[in-house]
Amino acid sequence: MKPAVLTGEHFLTGDSACAEGALAAGCRFFAGYPITPATEIAEHMSKRLPEVGGVFIQMEDEMAAMAAVLGASCAGAKGMTATSGPGFSLMMENLGLGIAMETPCVVVNVQRAGPSTGLPTLGAQGDMMQARWGSHGHYEIIALAPASPQEIFFQTITAFNLSETYRLPVLIMADEVVGHLSERVLIPDPSKIRLESRPRPKGRKDRFRPFHPGANGVAPMANAGEGYMVHFTGLTHDERGYPVMTAEAHTEMVSRITGKIRANLDKIIQVEEYRLEDADVALISYGISSRSSYSAVDEARARGIKAGLLRLITVWPFPEEKIRELAGRVKCLITVELNLGQIHLEVQRCAAGMAPALLVGHAGGTVITPARILEEICGASRQ
Amino acid sequence: MNSSHTQKHPLDGILRTDRIPHIWCPGCGIGTVFSSALIAIQSTGADLTKTAVVSGIGCSGRGAGYVKLDSYHTTHGRALPFATGMKLANPELTVVVFSGDGDLFAIGGNHFIHAARRNMDLTVICVNNLNYGMTGGQAAATTPHMAKTTTTPFGNPEPPFNLPLLAYASGATYIARWTMLHTRDLTQSIEEALARRGFSFIEVLAPCPTGYGRRNKLKPIDFLKIYQEKAIVKNGAHPAEVILDFNQGITIGKFIEYDRPTFSESYERICRPQAS
Repeated sequence: MKPAVLTGEHFLTGDSACAEGALAAGCRFFAGYPITPATEIAEHMSKRLPEVGGVFIQMEDEMAAMAAVLGASCAGAKGMTATSGPGFSLMMENLGLGIAMETPCVVVNVQRAGPSTGLPTLGAQGDMMQARWGSHGHYEIIALAPASPQEIFFQTITAFNLSETYRLPVLIMADEVVGHLSERVLIPDPSKIRLESRPRPKGRKDRFRPFHPGANGVAPMANAGEGYMVHFTGLTHDERGYPVMTAEAHTEMVSRITGKIRANLDKIIQVEEYRLEDADVALISYGISSRSSYSAVDEARARGIKAGLLRLITVWPFPEEKIRELAGRVKCLITVELNLGQIHLEVQRCAAGMAPALLVGHAGGTVITPARILEEICGASRQ
Repeated sequence: MNSSHTQKHPLDGILRTDRIPHIWCPGCGIGTVFSSALIAIQSTGADLTKTAVVSGIGCSGRGAGYVKLDSYHTTHGRALPFATGMKLANPELTVVVFSGDGDLFAIGGNHFIHAARRNMDLTVICVNNLNYGMTGGQAAATTPHMAKTTTTPFGNPEPPFNLPLLAYASGATYIARWTMLHTRDLTQSIEEALARRGFSFIEVLAPCPTGYGRRNKLKPIDFLKIYQEKAIVKNGAHPAEVILDFNQGITIGKFIEYDRPTFSESYERICRPQAS
């Protein structure tokens, strides 16, 4: 029997590294449904969870998988599911329930090219806006974008920590290339892994209000079976969890579930800057596309063009401040992503005309080459 | 001061009294089924802090909102998978699913057959009012052939499901059907279901005078008369032979009870590494 944290050096696919990251984060429940290119995460969890005291279940569809993860989380477990585009669409319904019930969990989307069945075996980054707005109603979400198997390992831990801290589903927006890529993955000693768990209630059980926020805007969470007799609903509810069908109650609830994210942006958002200090041309990229972007920056620098890269580790909430700051000091912004302009729209919005915002992207099916990015950098630097 | 206002109802301890009055219409049968469920839960003597109620969406789905237990009012059709996750994450919990026919058998039909197939250790109480009440009385997967609803103005062209047969074919290990008039049998049935392991399914017929009744010329009392006059108790009846027809008869009783391993029992035996 292997331990939950496989400390040591491994050669893993992104999908397997994601599963190991989940186990290291304390994930003990996985409900899933097979779908290319995310199936390997479920397969890995089906083998590993029983030996660490967890439970794996293959559900009848992705709606059920997402519902089961929420149920498990409400009973106190750290739960996860993993899917790709078509399944991600089906999960939007209960993703909203997780938002409304403020239930921690992690949802992995190993993106393939859509719309619809699309290109099941080929990568894309076309679900980025769906990640932001795919479930109905107004809400905030946290989404991370891993660029390598090593990073997906750590991001899965981060995703669990964020979901527990802020009580919401956290998305890992991977892509087929990262999911299927095999690379070296270093798994640290468990003592070196920082784990967070949901805020817990204190005081009298009969006076507990399950949605009364604490100091950071997040309400402590009582799990089923602990004697708090909580009520959770997807209906608009007050701090007791009771349905209240008024505009005032709705404003209050939506303000709370969006406010707890907006108030903690500095603690949530992570970006990486590469050669940006004196850059004239700033690339903005994430996931697999950021890997091509590093090479393009180095190539451009070798040709005397001052290029740099802002790599988004957190895509949602969007690092608005950072983009504004960049737009104020560079000559051009270029978003590099495997779609026809999604995060590009956010960059344009934040740049607000301070610097031109260009796009290097296509509909998916193959990675963006450094050469294509370099071409755009050279073109932009001649303007 | 009227002393009746200060008297304690026997179910007050398990009701969210601060949420009463409830939303159910006059003449609706859900309240009676709900009472039976609460009486059964209380009478088991089990630790109520270890009992959770999960509902989907619809009139019956509001049940979770009135019970003073850990209670979860989820999305339309998804009560069963939510309850599945809850039970697997904490096997100490007794998980009751209280929902309606539309929720459990139309939008949630796929989840029902799979939860039954797995023999998930859940008690499922389905209030069958033959239509979608919450949205104003549309046709459901249980609406009788030729019955009128707001979406079958010419009569329902479709046949309804036989719920006990569907449950049986799917693998449910306890199957009973009662009407809300048969409260003692119903309560006893829920008690039995709570006390056993495995997927227990109890269908309960209940009037929807506002939706189904209004369009099919049935007043609340007419439903009750039909339940009284047309109900035929046939314990042990094969689910393929049970009928639900307001003219020909309504077979009620406990039809099925047998043991086979639950999902968790099989998982522990087959998937969990055994200590050598």
